[in-house]
Amino acid sequence: MSLSATTAPPSPSAPPPTPPRRRSRAITLNRLDLKLSPYLYIAPFFVIFGIFGFYPMLRTAWMSLHDWNLIGDHTFIGFDNYTRLFGDEYFWNATINTFGIFFLSTIPQLLLALFLATMLNRTFLRARTLFRMAIFMPNVVSVAAVAIVFGMLFQRDFGLINWMLSLVGVDAVDWDAQKWSSWTAIASMVNWRWTGYNTLILLAGMQAIPKDLYEAAAIDGANQWKQFWKITLPMLTPTFVFVVTLSTIGGLQLFTEPLVFANGNIIGGDQREFQTLAMYMYELGIENLSTAGYGAAVAWAMFVMIALVSLVNFLLVRRSVK
Amino acid sequence: MNQASQRLWRTSPLLYIALVVAVLFSVYPFYYMVVIATRSLDQINDVPPPFTPAGEFGANFGRVLDNPAANFLTGLLNSVIVSAVVTVSVVITGSLAGFAFAKLRFRGRNALLLTIIVTMMIPTQLGLIPLWGMIQDFGWYDTLLAVTVPFLVSAFGVFMMRQYAIQAISDELIEAGRVDGASTFRIFWNIVLPALRPAAAVLGLLTFMETWNSYLWPYAVLTPENPTLQVSLAFLSYAYYTDYSQVFAATAVGTVPLVIVFILFGRQIIGGIMEGAVKS
Repeated sequence: MSLSATTAPPSPSAPPPTPPRRRSRAITLNRLDLKLSPYLYIAPFFVIFGIFGFYPMLRTAWMSLHDWNLIGDHTFIGFDNYTRLFGDEYFWNATINTFGIFFLSTIPQLLLALFLATMLNRTFLRARTLFRMAIFMPNVVSVAAVAIVFGMLFQRDFGLINWMLSLVGVDAVDWDAQKWSSWTAIASMVNWRWTGYNTLILLAGMQAIPKDLYEAAAIDGANQWKQFWKITLPMLTPTFVFVVTLSTIGGLQLFTEPLVFANGNIIGGDQREFQTLAMYMYELGIENLSTAGYGAAVAWAMFVMIALVSLVNFLLVRRSVK
Repeated sequence: MNQASQRLWRTSPLLYIALVVAVLFSVYPFYYMVVIATRSLDQINDVPPPFTPAGEFGANFGRVLDNPAANFLTGLLNSVIVSAVVTVSVVITGSLAGFAFAKLRFRGRNALLLTIIVTMMIPTQLGLIPLWGMIQDFGWYDTLLAVTVPFLVSAFGVFMMRQYAIQAISDELIEAGRVDGASTFRIFWNIVLPALRPAAAVLGLLTFMETWNSYLWPYAVLTPENPTLQVSLAFLSYAYYTDYSQVFAATAVGTVPLVIVFILFGRQIIGGIMEGAVKS
């Protein structure tokens, strides 16, 4: 009788209930539900990601082995695209630019984030939420808006930065004309936008460190500096690896900041002063449809670089805190 | 303990100064955006540059609206549609899949979950060129389908909802639902989804902001005639960079909604980000 509660009440028009059959049907349905539902629920992700994420990735690999025109035909040429990369002056220029901006942004950004996170981690800090929110706010705005605002700040003739430099006697800098200056301008956008984000992630890692470790160290007479080196940094390693990896992936894919800074010029400055790898890939694969296969090779080269740099980062961070 | 707290207090003035400087650096570009957006064109070229807002915003924003090449209102409307659709879809598909991975048993569960986590580490740009070609083949170029459909699901969303579901929903609750004869979907709808609401809100906010702000892909598949807001802003700035007041009035209008959302929900967003950081 208790089982009858699990079946729906018979509708008036239905024939007199035949309990055993109904019950077995309900059980079959139930079984089917238990078996199939999970797959139905995860299916949307796998279907959409399969079509628009995974398949294009594989296709990039396939394309990179061809002389591929996005609107026309294609011929298999093996690894020719990859060997061509080695002699491609523009490719190396883009690589150097990408890494230059990457170092100018990642290193100061992470050091600053570490400093700010340590400050925000103080137990007795007032207005904690307010500080956290204010520091994170730059991350909320779109890259396009940031690049527009910074483009104006770094304007040659009446930009704020050059005006401030003139106050200390430095001549106006034509920011987008040279490598070092354009890298600095672009890196400053990246730093402004991401320092707060990294601060929060590092702060979260710091707060997960058990407080009694610090108490024990304080009893043993370790000062705050020593506590930072001997407890905070080693315990923070996993978080630090995470933050460094994210910065690497983001930094080596840099696209919007330099593009908007160049007013939409995909080669990044008159002489490609700040064309990044992502911009070069876009130039080859989308602006210029006939070199899509070669662009695909650049995409894979980028991926390999990201993987390598992530690996090096991982090993370095692990070793330095051991 | 008391001594330790006293030592902390003694270092605090410097600490607060450092933090206030950091805050000023974070907030200044927003302020600067407002300053330029509310100044007339010739005031911008003053030396020294202006430091306070003035009253020209209406005129500047009027130029944006009158500018037929900017397509600002089309961009605004497109961004609202795309962001809303993507957000709702990411939250629903993320909750469903997150629930399945957290609470249902099925063959291949761990392998499938691992697949999702791995995909989070692959840069999206790796598939950019073929995806662009696919959009052409589908006839989706310059339509909102191109900027919506590929983003209806998110690996991060699935992962985040799973992490939350594991700790927020007790197995007993689901068992009780089963004993009462509820189907799996009923359990999801009536028990799981309400319990997931806090995480769903954070995921929704993050997704909305990300979609609203995305630039590279919309720039690649939309024309200036049918842009999203960011694409419209960028084209406006490329073509009218001498008219900074106009460009900044548009940029400010595109940014203010986000800043308001952030001020209202910043606490939850930050909480969500920090929680996600510790778990992953």
